[in-house]
Amino acid sequence: MIDELYQEIILDHYRHPRGRGTLEEPKIHQEGANPLCGDEVIIELRIADGRIGDIRFSGRGCSISQASASMLVEAVQGKTLPEVHALIQKVYAMIRGESHPDPEEMGDLSALAGVRRFPVRVKCATLPWHTLEEALKTATASPSENLSDSSESLK
Amino acid sequence: MATIQLELDAHEIRRQFPFFQPHPEMRSLIYLDNAATTQKPYAVLDALMNFYAHHNANVHRGAYGVGAKASELFEAARERVARFLNARESAEIIFTRGTTESINLVAASWGGSQLREGDEIIVSEMEHHANILPWMQIARAKGARIVVWRITDEGRLDLDELRRLITERTRMVAVTHISNVLGTINPVADICRIAHEAGALCLVDAAQSAAHLPLDVQALNCDFLAFSGHKAYGPTGIGVLYGKRALLEQMPPYQTGGGMIRKVSWDEVVWADVPARFEAGTPAIAEAIGLHAALDFIDAIGRERIAAQEHALTQYALQRLQEVPDLRLYGPQPDRAGIFAFTLADIHPHDIATVLDSRDIAIRSGHHCAHPLGNRLGAPATARVSLAIYNDTDHIDALIEGLHYVRYVFNV
Repeated sequence: MIDELYQEIILDHYRHPRGRGTLEEPKIHQEGANPLCGDEVIIELRIADGRIGDIRFSGRGCSISQASASMLVEAVQGKTLPEVHALIQKVYAMIRGESHPDPEEMGDLSALAGVRRFPVRVKCATLPWHTLEEALKTATASPSENLSDSSESLK
Repeated sequence: MATIQLELDAHEIRRQFPFFQPHPEMRSLIYLDNAATTQKPYAVLDALMNFYAHHNANVHRGAYGVGAKASELFEAARERVARFLNARESAEIIFTRGTTESINLVAASWGGSQLREGDEIIVSEMEHHANILPWMQIARAKGARIVVWRITDEGRLDLDELRRLITERTRMVAVTHISNVLGTINPVADICRIAHEAGALCLVDAAQSAAHLPLDVQALNCDFLAFSGHKAYGPTGIGVLYGKRALLEQMPPYQTGGGMIRKVSWDEVVWADVPARFEAGTPAIAEAIGLHAALDFIDAIGRERIAAQEHALTQYALQRLQEVPDLRLYGPQPDRAGIFAFTLADIHPHDIATVLDSRDIAIRSGHHCAHPLGNRLGAPATARVSLAIYNDTDHIDALIEGLHYVRYVFNV
């Protein structure tokens, strides 16, 4: 059962994260944290033509939260905002065990389905996605300034 | 590897705990998170059940037999705590919800009435948030200042450093008996003496020591001491504040309501004497009676023997933890309590805990409610193993095997 959580793909994203870093201004900056365990994920992105342009993540935490962030960056780059919102809901459903992932559609993200058997780790896996949701809320709340800095914290 | 023979039979002790009995639908657990909370012996559960089944009534109120019996049992629990701590009298024992509330009570009541602008409170760097935040709050409100007593690189408190920090403005030294992260056992009697020489008071956080070391408030000569029932084999929701009577008598109530007054009119209120003055509302009656049973359980084994047994197991654990490559253990060695915070290679503590959990070993991971200490150690999160009297060398062996397995899962 533990192999289901710590799949090779997860460990690979943890050890070799994709898109770890920060962006120059202008950007949307969103911090997310789980104060109970200290996990921290910061997402920075730009939106161009209704799509996610550049996106990076930083922060620190367990393998699940950091791998999930790395997969997120890979998965949402270039997607339209409606596509991203749909994907976020699919990821939540998969992590909560409400749906089975279609590996072809979900790619590496399918590996996060292993978390469903570890209720105490669900929050680790969802943290980057909640952070992204917050970032997009900020962006759509002020569409004309959606490239500007917003450092509202989830803490 | 050298194995050791423990003096007390931990297996026999576990037989007194329902949590450790085989259950058809549950796997047995190796429980190594005792600094968070301990399991409860049958005797404690029986005491709760017996109270609710046969003696349930409010205390200090009813003019009927059961009410009188409930009051008698509740006050007997207070007497028992006084004996446990070697307090001069049971009036020096106040029941609270736990260590956190005990310290908040002192900070709000003593601090609220005694602290003046410019006063200083010395708080050690290894304190739990429960012995930091109440002081920060009251210091802010009163214009007093928190002075941080830094730890040494080894993870101890240096008494000469305390002598340097202490001034005529120091009013309180708040210090833990045993660190809930480092396992350091602090020389609290010496700390109290140094505080008193400077005219300051000393509060001892005994949350991690009450179930593990002999405690004698007269020998320590501490002014206040706090501990929690649930970390000492007792119920949750019950804790203790010991205070010297002369100090308690000068202190105003912490909360107000029923049971803590002598008389009330619209024009005048006269507070009850100690300890009732500090126990507004219906107290945790059953839990206090359960705590009585827990302290009986501890003293039936004997605190000297508990300390000796846990010391031997601690030495065994220290030796075996050193066998695990890339394991970094925090805190002093070898003289320490059975609390071990560590990191393992670059594996996050939550991942360590999850993998161990898959092998039915329960440990804690995280910041252990001590952010300032985590920052000082450069390890915001650690894994933590903490022992109690029912733990055995087998448990340590399973832990070590489990840690090797963690390394395997993470390809270290």
